[in-house]
Amino acid sequence: MAQMTMIQAITDALRTELRNDPNVLVFGEDVGLNGGVFRATEGLQNEFGEDRVFDTPLAESGIGGLAVGLSLQGFRPVPEIQFFGFVYEVMDSISGQAARLRYRTGGKFNAPVTFRSPFGGGVHTPDMHADSLEGLMAQQPGVKVVIPSTPYDAKGLLISSIRDNDPVIFLEHMKLYRSFRQEVPEGEYTIPLGQAEVKREGTDVSIITYGAMVHESLKAAEELEKEGFSAEVIDLRTVSPIDIETIIASVEKTGRAIVVQEAQKQAGIAANVVAEINDRAILSLEAPVLRVAAPDTIFAFPQAEAVWLPNYKDVIETAKKVLNF
Amino acid sequence: MASKLKNAQLDAKKALETVEDQFQMLQILNEQGEVVNEAAMPDLTDEQLQELMSRMVYTRILDQRSISLNRQGRLGFYAPTAGQEASQLASQFALEKEDFILPGYRDVPQIVWHGLPLSQAFLWSRGHFQGGQIPEGVNVAIPQIIIGAQYVQTAGVALGLKKRGAKAVAITYTGDGGTSQGDFYEGINFAGAFKAPAIFIIQNNRFAISTPVAKQSAAKTLAQKAVAAGIPGVQVDGMDPLAVYVATRDARERAINGEGPTLIETMTYRYGPHTMAGDDPTRYRTADLDNEWEKKDPLVRFRKFLENKGIWSEEKENEVIEKAKEDIKEAIKVADAAPKQKVTDLISIMHEDMPFNLKEQYEIYKEKESK
Repeated sequence: MAQMTMIQAITDALRTELRNDPNVLVFGEDVGLNGGVFRATEGLQNEFGEDRVFDTPLAESGIGGLAVGLSLQGFRPVPEIQFFGFVYEVMDSISGQAARLRYRTGGKFNAPVTFRSPFGGGVHTPDMHADSLEGLMAQQPGVKVVIPSTPYDAKGLLISSIRDNDPVIFLEHMKLYRSFRQEVPEGEYTIPLGQAEVKREGTDVSIITYGAMVHESLKAAEELEKEGFSAEVIDLRTVSPIDIETIIASVEKTGRAIVVQEAQKQAGIAANVVAEINDRAILSLEAPVLRVAAPDTIFAFPQAEAVWLPNYKDVIETAKKVLNF
Repeated sequence: MASKLKNAQLDAKKALETVEDQFQMLQILNEQGEVVNEAAMPDLTDEQLQELMSRMVYTRILDQRSISLNRQGRLGFYAPTAGQEASQLASQFALEKEDFILPGYRDVPQIVWHGLPLSQAFLWSRGHFQGGQIPEGVNVAIPQIIIGAQYVQTAGVALGLKKRGAKAVAITYTGDGGTSQGDFYEGINFAGAFKAPAIFIIQNNRFAISTPVAKQSAAKTLAQKAVAAGIPGVQVDGMDPLAVYVATRDARERAINGEGPTLIETMTYRYGPHTMAGDDPTRYRTADLDNEWEKKDPLVRFRKFLENKGIWSEEKENEVIEKAKEDIKEAIKVADAAPKQKVTDLISIMHEDMPFNLKEQYEIYKEKESK
């Protein structure tokens, strides 16, 4: 096994699937010779040729349309959207087209597209690069939305996403790309989509989260333990559909829950988790389910990013509110 | 007006004329059905010419019946096609079965003639999911609703055909309004950059719902939009089936020989409303303009041409009309026999593997639907 950063694990997953299936195509802006702006596709064009790994003109809607058209010819496209803030340019191809192809054709055609894209705060990007827009995507029936928090998960989840016969939005948090290394197995392995992971077991409160906030939540759990509270941390890994069984089992055990997301409070995933818990486990609850989220402004200007983004202290504070309710 | 600058280097008039002068409309048959361009005449047999005429007559009847079925509440969404038969059917006539059509919502006739059963076209119009269940071996997408989306997808289908080494093309259609969309330009530009075997057709029927071409663009022709993408563009008389056929045939030949995509602008007209959902063309078109275009009618000129050749008659035309009526009646019967659509059906066609929320909702609707 090799020690890999998340970006290396992603490249490894792409390489594995390019080898595994001749229908897999990797394309986007600067993904060829340049290996992608984050080097996610480093060396792939060299290894697999321009026919399989190629640059496109600079136009996101065109990239999305290309992916849908290639699906109609039986390919398994893995386009890169250079930064997920650019998704607005390709919304029709995702929500209007890929998500609906199976449905519109009564199951005759499908769009096995994996839209890969970097996102996430804490790296001082210009506007439209860092936004957490997974809530927007999760509102769209017909697409799955995956957000890994570790190199190991990134590889296994990306392979599963590429093999999935329906469209998947695979979001890669920029801050996690090179923040730490982890043992990642050689060759192929998969992690099922829609399956959460209990990252840390606990009995007093469930902290349900995903992406970069998994690490803030784990840090918070350590601090809480010093104060005598046992927190369980769940990494959703797939934010649409969510793993309802794991969430409910945890909440029934702990009786208390908070949901932590980097996105603004009004924007999606956490609200859905809270609603599902209310639907299914309200009688197990000892306290209201609270959220930790960013404020409902446009993503912070870099000068204010550090205070705008939720962190482990916010997680501790909110966890204590439900623990002391 | 000449520039007031003493040393102006930009000769705007010349810059525009250099482009615009390249786009002279190709015509082979004039309004009287006379051959005006002998050198361009396609090498079609009498049987092929009769077949093309039969398809246009048949499709005119299909349009009339579709409008009346819609008015009776027996058809759903419908975008009338009369006037555009040459543009639609003569382009499809130049294709082979392996070619893939990505239609806009008015382009149902092309996909029917490419193999989609008429009953399914009716089911699609009515809003039944079985309408979209395209049979194996029929190379068409279902009609696109978003203006321009079919253009970017055509670049993808064409690139896919190229990667597969197929001797086939992807062909798509939009209207004059569609050329204002970003996807129009992205589609032709991508296909050009990839030298993909694609044919992009603009059916310039003069109005995007109510908005005239002059308000869509400063471009004098829409075919010239090809220039910016570095691909050839051609403008043809869209009421002349032979001109449309020849332009499409040539574009197909280029494409399968690896020379890349072509943009074709067909100058045409829709006699009817935009759709049957309440559009009233008298609000934006004059009767004079309607009359002017009806004189250019593709059926009228092609009928004259074939009659002069002695290969068409009223009797033959009536046979086609009767056959069309019979087929339509039969297709409606088949469409009527489709099972009643259920929410559980819709849930089943969302994903390959049903996620938990849909599994739960499936059970709820199964219960409701069993009552």
